[in-house]
Amino acid sequence: MTDIPATPAAPGAPASSRLWLALKSATFAALVAFGLFSLMIGVSTEPDASGALAASWRPDDLAVMVAAVAAGAFLRGLIFGDRRPFENRALPLRWQLRLGAIGRLVAPLLLGFALLVPVIFYEDRYLLDLSILILTYIMLGWGLNIVVGLAGLLDLGYVAFYAVGAYSYALLAQNFGLSFWLCLPLAGILAAFWGILLGFPVLRLRGDYLAIVTLGFGEIIRLVLINWQDVTGGPNGIGGIARPSFFGLPFTADEDGFAASFGLEFSTTHRVVFLYYLILILALITNAVTHRLRRLPVGRAWEALREDEIACRSLGINTTNVKLTAFATGAMFAGFAGSFFATRQGFISPESFTFGESALILAIVVLGGLGSQIGVVIAAVVMIGGFELFREFEQFRMIVFGASMVAIMVWRPRGLISLREPTLKLGAAAVAPIPPVPGERP
Amino acid sequence: MDYFLQQLINGLTLGSIYGLIAIGYTMVYGIIGMINFAHGDIYMVGAYIALITFLILLSIGLTAVPLALFVMLLVAMAITALYGWTVERLAYRPLRHSYRLAPLISAIGMSILLQNYVQVAQGARSKPLPPLIEGGQTLIPGDFPVQMSYVQMIVIATTVVLMAIFSWIVAKTRLGRDMRACEQDMRMAALLGVNVDRTISLTFVMGASLAAVAGVMYLLYYGVADFFIGFVAGIKAFTAAVLGGIGSLPGAMIGGLLIGLIETFWSAYFSNEYKDVAAFAILVIVLIFLPTGILGRPEVEKV
Repeated sequence: MTDIPATPAAPGAPASSRLWLALKSATFAALVAFGLFSLMIGVSTEPDASGALAASWRPDDLAVMVAAVAAGAFLRGLIFGDRRPFENRALPLRWQLRLGAIGRLVAPLLLGFALLVPVIFYEDRYLLDLSILILTYIMLGWGLNIVVGLAGLLDLGYVAFYAVGAYSYALLAQNFGLSFWLCLPLAGILAAFWGILLGFPVLRLRGDYLAIVTLGFGEIIRLVLINWQDVTGGPNGIGGIARPSFFGLPFTADEDGFAASFGLEFSTTHRVVFLYYLILILALITNAVTHRLRRLPVGRAWEALREDEIACRSLGINTTNVKLTAFATGAMFAGFAGSFFATRQGFISPESFTFGESALILAIVVLGGLGSQIGVVIAAVVMIGGFELFREFEQFRMIVFGASMVAIMVWRPRGLISLREPTLKLGAAAVAPIPPVPGERP
Repeated sequence: MDYFLQQLINGLTLGSIYGLIAIGYTMVYGIIGMINFAHGDIYMVGAYIALITFLILLSIGLTAVPLALFVMLLVAMAITALYGWTVERLAYRPLRHSYRLAPLISAIGMSILLQNYVQVAQGARSKPLPPLIEGGQTLIPGDFPVQMSYVQMIVIATTVVLMAIFSWIVAKTRLGRDMRACEQDMRMAALLGVNVDRTISLTFVMGASLAAVAGVMYLLYYGVADFFIGFVAGIKAFTAAVLGGIGSLPGAMIGGLLIGLIETFWSAYFSNEYKDVAAFAILVIVLIFLPTGILGRPEVEKV
């Protein structure tokens, strides 16, 4: 409001003035960076010989960091001048549509590849495990996409429903000996039930309050899991959870095992491949259901709600019920994913269901582009796969992940793939330009 | 009764710390209507800066308590304020006209960034300090003497003084008037010659420096810091801000004191394990049943 839009530097502006500006901004950035990093990076606090903490200087690290910031600011100033690069700028419509077309083409290819992964990488156990992990996050991302991307409700406690699913399966299997296939729908139903139970009182709240309340619920559930030791095993978690069977045939080496029944040589990879296809199918079901729901009245109501809640209410949509369905549907898929997680790991503890996990899933959805299904896939592959690639930089990965969340919001507030096809089209004239930033506050 | 009084004192001390953090939430929410999710981590940064400053003072042999405390406060406030300014500049200002959830997501990213930055820069282990100030006064002698340690006195006194100063700034100075003007109508304030960007930046700077004071107090009181203290404290302080009525300075203080008292009494009389559950439950209950808080104004949504 107050910013007078910076006039772009005239094409023929003297290069020297731009250099001067870049130098100035680099100096300023270096000063700020020095202030920020002077104590935090310039001093290390490690216990000395006597065990008490002692300060020691780290001037090299400090110099490197300050120099890096200054160089970054200098280059930015040199290349972009005083323009703000990329900011809030949507791709031109032509490109958006073209990207959409590419997306429609790429999706079946990706699916085909996903189906073939266990065949191609049969020997590579590590890669198979990684693929299962990625698919789990894709499924969670798609589930959360219903809540955040479609209905526009920021849920910071999504992992709570994942935990409900995991503990439902673990407890039902251990205490009542129910099989995985019976527990899977039960876990989903229980998670959805929890979604309704928690959602009902809070869904009247405004966007950011809702986010904080869901965060509170997520933490409450985790703390209860830690402290209710009689039932949940407390911080030690639950171990020895039953592994899934291939429609009754366990993946074991004995007579009635899967391998023996099909006349195959026993191999532990069979189970991994089975788990891979299981999570692939679960994820695809999530996607298919989302796809169909978007075309139903309730799905349209979700998207309408995201764009303008007041307009929805004045058109007679029961916003509480609509929000509740989105919340419950999202929770149900988290429940499915949770029981899959429990059966794959064979061990669960509250450690797996922290706020960090919620933030990771949210980041996948946000980076992928709120509401975009293929974007979630790409974001999950990049983030989870990227984490694995840079394993030796383990401690830096969360920094990168936080920084990229900020950067994406600053540059592309609607996510990397910000295409949002209107689900409902009005004949041929419907290829109307998509507003630059839908939902912007007037 | 003595036990109750003792817990009351402990609760007030804890509540003062929450109140100081809550002021940052409430000021930022009041002026730009966003939940500064990274504020808890700013507070954590403040505690770390104070810790590092203390260790440097120790290494150069400057250990006179009042002077050391003063230097710690000053350095922590200055550098943490710079953090607050930078966070606003990098993560929030470009998003000021974006859709409503964008700044919140950006703030969550910032919170993750700050936490892990501190973890990488200073190590993941918690940092214990020897007690800086020892001893206290016995208020009521007896079988169960009610005591107030000097640290508790310093915490409460500092909070009262800072509250007075900041209330004065908001009520009487030019800056405070600008802040209230921006809170009511940013566009109109800009038309009347208020530098909105600068005012918002200063709001963040003030919030961050108060959070730094809270960090120093935490360090004095508990004698330990780790990179994760910001998350839970941040949520509790946010609860305090909402409970007191978001946007209201005295409300934040009252909310902070209430949360501190509730938490202390809960762990004293019920169960220590569930004290965080109690805090989160209050958050949920307050937001559902009392979203305008104790001293807040009802928010009318305009089309």
